[in-house]
Amino acid sequence: MYSKKLMKYFKKPKNVGKIKNADAVGEAGNPLCGDIMHMYIKIKKSTKNDWLKKHIIEDAKFETLGCGAAIAMSDRVIELIKGKTIGEAEKLTPDDVAKGFDLPKQKIHCSVLGIEALKNAIIDYECKYSDIKQDPA
Amino acid sequence: MSKIKEQIYFDYAATTPIDPRVKRVMEPYLDDKFANASSVHSMGQDSANAVLKARDTIAGFLNCKANEVVFTSGATECNNTVFKGVSEAMKEYGNHIITTKIEHPCVLESCKYLEKRGFKVTYLPVGSNGVVKVSDVEKALTKKTILVSIMYVNNEVGTIQPIADIGKLIKSFRSLSSVPRFPIFHTDAAQAVNYLDCDVDKLGVDLMSLSGHKIYGPKGVGALYIRKGTLIEPLMHGGRQEDGMRAGTLNTPGIVGMGSAIQEIKKTTLRQAQGGENQENKRIKFLRDELINKILKTIPNSKLNGDKKLRVANNVNVSFKGVEGESLLMLLDGEGIAVSTGSACASGSIKPSHVLMALGRGPLESHGSIRITIGRFTKESDIKKLLAVLLKAVKRLREISFF
Repeated sequence: MYSKKLMKYFKKPKNVGKIKNADAVGEAGNPLCGDIMHMYIKIKKSTKNDWLKKHIIEDAKFETLGCGAAIAMSDRVIELIKGKTIGEAEKLTPDDVAKGFDLPKQKIHCSVLGIEALKNAIIDYECKYSDIKQDPA
Repeated sequence: MSKIKEQIYFDYAATTPIDPRVKRVMEPYLDDKFANASSVHSMGQDSANAVLKARDTIAGFLNCKANEVVFTSGATECNNTVFKGVSEAMKEYGNHIITTKIEHPCVLESCKYLEKRGFKVTYLPVGSNGVVKVSDVEKALTKKTILVSIMYVNNEVGTIQPIADIGKLIKSFRSLSSVPRFPIFHTDAAQAVNYLDCDVDKLGVDLMSLSGHKIYGPKGVGALYIRKGTLIEPLMHGGRQEDGMRAGTLNTPGIVGMGSAIQEIKKTTLRQAQGGENQENKRIKFLRDELINKILKTIPNSKLNGDKKLRVANNVNVSFKGVEGESLLMLLDGEGIAVSTGSACASGSIKPSHVLMALGRGPLESHGSIRITIGRFTKESDIKKLLAVLLKAVKRLREISFF
C-alpha cells in the first residue's frame, strides 16, 4: 500500500518529540480522520525588520497520533522547514510535502496535515510576538 | 541479504486458509471432473452428484431440507439477494425493514439502495457491549415490516446477537398477521458457522447467509438458506439452476469445497453432541482468552471492544489510547504479523469504524482499534510472539504521539 520511501519515514521518523520553550506550537487534524499533529518550532530571531525573511526556523519537532502516512508526512514537513525562513516555510504546499512519496489517493489529506500544523504554528508565532508584525516592512 | 520473515496470520475473520482436507476433496473438480453439473451426460451427472452431496451435508448442518439450500458466490451475494429479493417480492405487503447499525457493509449499502427506492429502514442501535436488545426489535416492528435482518456474529467486534430470542419474538408477532411468514427473518451467519449452532429451526430464521471462505473453504462460494414458502425473488436471472433462484453455472469445485468445509465442522460438533467436547473451539477460546487477558494486563490504557462473554470464540478487538490502528497494523506487518484494523482507514475510507461508533466509542478510540482473529491453525507460540511484538509497537507509537 505504501511506497518504500514512506515506510522509511514512518518506521524511523527523525524529528519526533517536544521542544521545551518552543517559540510556537501548531496543532492540526481531526479526530474523525483519526490524525492529529502537534508541531513545535524554535525560531532564531533577528533584529532586522523583515521578519518573514530574517527569522529562521532553527529547530522543529512533532508528535502525531495517526496512520502511517500521517506520521511519515509529519516527519517530512519538519525536515523541509528546518533552516528555512518563516517566509520560505509559509510558501510550502501539501504537494511539496508529498512529492516523491507516492501517497495513496485516500491518504492525500495526510500531506495537508503537516501544512495545516505549520500554518497554525506561524499564526501562533505572530500572535506571541505581535511586535514583529508591527515592524515596518 | 534480506531474511524472509515467517508470517503469522491473525485475520481469520477476513478469510481463512483452505483446510488441506477440503483442498484434497476439491482437487478432482478442478481437474478431470470439470463437467457442467447441468449437463445431462454422465460426466455432467458426476458433477451434479457432487453438488447434491454438498447440498445434503449443508442441509444436515442447518437442519433443513436440501432444496432449501441455494448456492451463491458468497455472503455478499446472499445478503444482496435477501434485501433486493424480499423487498421486491413483499412490496405489496409493506415497505419497512429492520436491521442494525453494526451490519456488514453489504447489508447497509443494500439498505441505502432500497431507501432510495422508497423503503423505510430502521437501523437498531446496540448497547456499549455491541449487542442488540430484543426489546428494541419488538418496539421497531410494525404492520408494514416485511424483513428483519440481524447478523448472528458481528465481523468486527465478534459479538453474538440474540438470534433465537428474536426468532421467537417474530414468531409471536406473526400470529397476528394474515400474510404467511410476515415479516421475514434473516440472519447473516458468515462469522458464526465455525463456532455456533446454526440450526435454522432453533434460531427461527427464514433466511440465512453463509460463506465458504470464512470456514476453511474456498472463496467465491456461499449458500443461502431459504425456508420453503418464503417470498423472495432471485437476483440473478438466466438458466434454471437452483430451481430458478440463482442462475449461472454451478461452481462445482467451490460447492464441493464448501460441503467439505461444513463436513469438517460437523465432525467436531458431532463429538460435542455425543457428550464429548468440541476440542477445536475449546482450544481457540482458551487462546483467545489468554490473548485478551494478557493484552489488558500488560498494555496500560487498552480496552476490549464488545462484550467479553457474548463473543465468538476467535475474536479480539482492542483499542489503545494514543495509538492509531492502521499505524499499529503496519508496524505489526513489518514484523510478519497480519492483523486487521477496526477502522476502515486502511481500506480506502477515512471514516472511523461504524461498528465501534455504534458501541459509543469516540472517533479517536474507534481509530485506535485493531482486530485480531484466530482460528484452526493458530498455535500458542503465535500468541506469545504477537504479545511481545504488540507491546513494543504500542509503546513505539505512543512515543510518536502526544499520549
